[in-house]
Amino acid sequence: MNTDRQTLTTTVLSLLAAIAPELEPEALNPERPLRQQVDLDSMDWLNFLVSLHQRFGVDIPESDYARLVCLKDVVDYVQARLPADAAGAPAQAGA
Amino acid sequence: MIDFKLPSLGADMEEGTLLQWHVKPGDTVKRGQVVAVVDTSKAAVDVEIWHDGVMAELLVQPGDKVPVGTVLATLQAPGETAPPPAAVRHPVSPSARRRARELGIDPDGVNGTGAQGSVTLADIEAAARAQPAPAPAPVALADRQTEMRKAIAAAMSRSKREIPHYYLAETIPMQAATVWLQQHNEGLPITERMLPAVLLLKAVALALRRTPELNGFHRDGHFQASVPVHAGVAISLRGGGLVAPALHDVGAKPLDQLMRELADLVKRARAGSLRSSEMSDPTITVTNLGDQGAEAVFGVIYPPQVALVGFGSILVRPWVQDGEVRALPTVRATLAADHRVSDGHRGALFLVELRELLQRPQALAQAFTAPQDKPGASP
Repeated sequence: MNTDRQTLTTTVLSLLAAIAPELEPEALNPERPLRQQVDLDSMDWLNFLVSLHQRFGVDIPESDYARLVCLKDVVDYVQARLPADAAGAPAQAGA
Repeated sequence: MIDFKLPSLGADMEEGTLLQWHVKPGDTVKRGQVVAVVDTSKAAVDVEIWHDGVMAELLVQPGDKVPVGTVLATLQAPGETAPPPAAVRHPVSPSARRRARELGIDPDGVNGTGAQGSVTLADIEAAARAQPAPAPAPVALADRQTEMRKAIAAAMSRSKREIPHYYLAETIPMQAATVWLQQHNEGLPITERMLPAVLLLKAVALALRRTPELNGFHRDGHFQASVPVHAGVAISLRGGGLVAPALHDVGAKPLDQLMRELADLVKRARAGSLRSSEMSDPTITVTNLGDQGAEAVFGVIYPPQVALVGFGSILVRPWVQDGEVRALPTVRATLAADHRVSDGHRGALFLVELRELLQRPQALAQAFTAPQDKPGASP
């Protein structure tokens, strides 16, 4: 894993931990469905996606929700839509 | 003089601990204003006052645990004259007055031991030492869990003991609602998108117009129907337990407003900052297991309410339509209702109406009436 991806993963996990404070990042399997490992209801999941959008400025259309299953999917999705050097950087205000 | 009593913030509350006053004697208060914070077994709750007036005397101090119905404070109604002061003021020495100001103490309330009962510096220092400790912290998390389990057990035992429950279930096709929701959300910023729960809540509120005997309170042997539908939304708390605070007047509000209010309610429920009216107002409970839930839920009614509506997860399942088996999103809606007030026939009418309303999501989006009643007006 390169540094950018590590930083990105850490930031994604910190956003998740803000919603699920009991989260133990080291116990998460990044290739298993996230919502089977962390207790997130529909409102929690929406809030997590909103926080990704606000943190990274990435648009997440509802039609893409089904692709975001595992932690790895989420990190891949955000990474593919970020400027090359923006991992972990805050989004512009209001983005 | 009006007595301001500790309100019941739900069937599972018998007593509460005053954590903090937000007002002091002499303050003018408005109906609906948060005047105190009270710790219940479930959460610290902002308690609102239900009269305009001027705070007269605070009778319960932070840290005191008192039963529901205890007079917490007295309030002068608007126009009411203040009673004469309880005691004659004693002189206060300038140094004592300065020290009192530094310590945040009212020198006129301190017993004087100086000449002619005057208040001295030593009296102020003694009064400061005798002051109660700062407001106690809310109950620790582990204790809260234990207390909450006890409170839920007590309320649910009472419900099962006193309420003759009956149960009904109906599978509802959700194709139209799902498509409408997708179209609605398409192109909207993620912060404005709506969850299916909002459509379900709205449909429940509108369906209750046909069966008002499912919406209200059973108290002292009588049922009192409520015109507004204050839906108690069951919200699970991290680490266990749940609360079901009111989303007020669901039938009268547009969907986007309901979504904003629901998001805010869930956030505040989990942060432990609910208001007393939200705890005491629900006229029916709605529990929605969401997309990670089981197929159906058969709930236990929360007294003094008389019904609980449950929704399982919305999933694609086989469904027969026009003589063919199709794969369609469906949801299992259930009703637990109180046989003292309604019967299965009326309950079934409710579920049928709910099913029909969810086939016309556009109409749900357009249906809202003027508010019928102010939140918090229920006793």
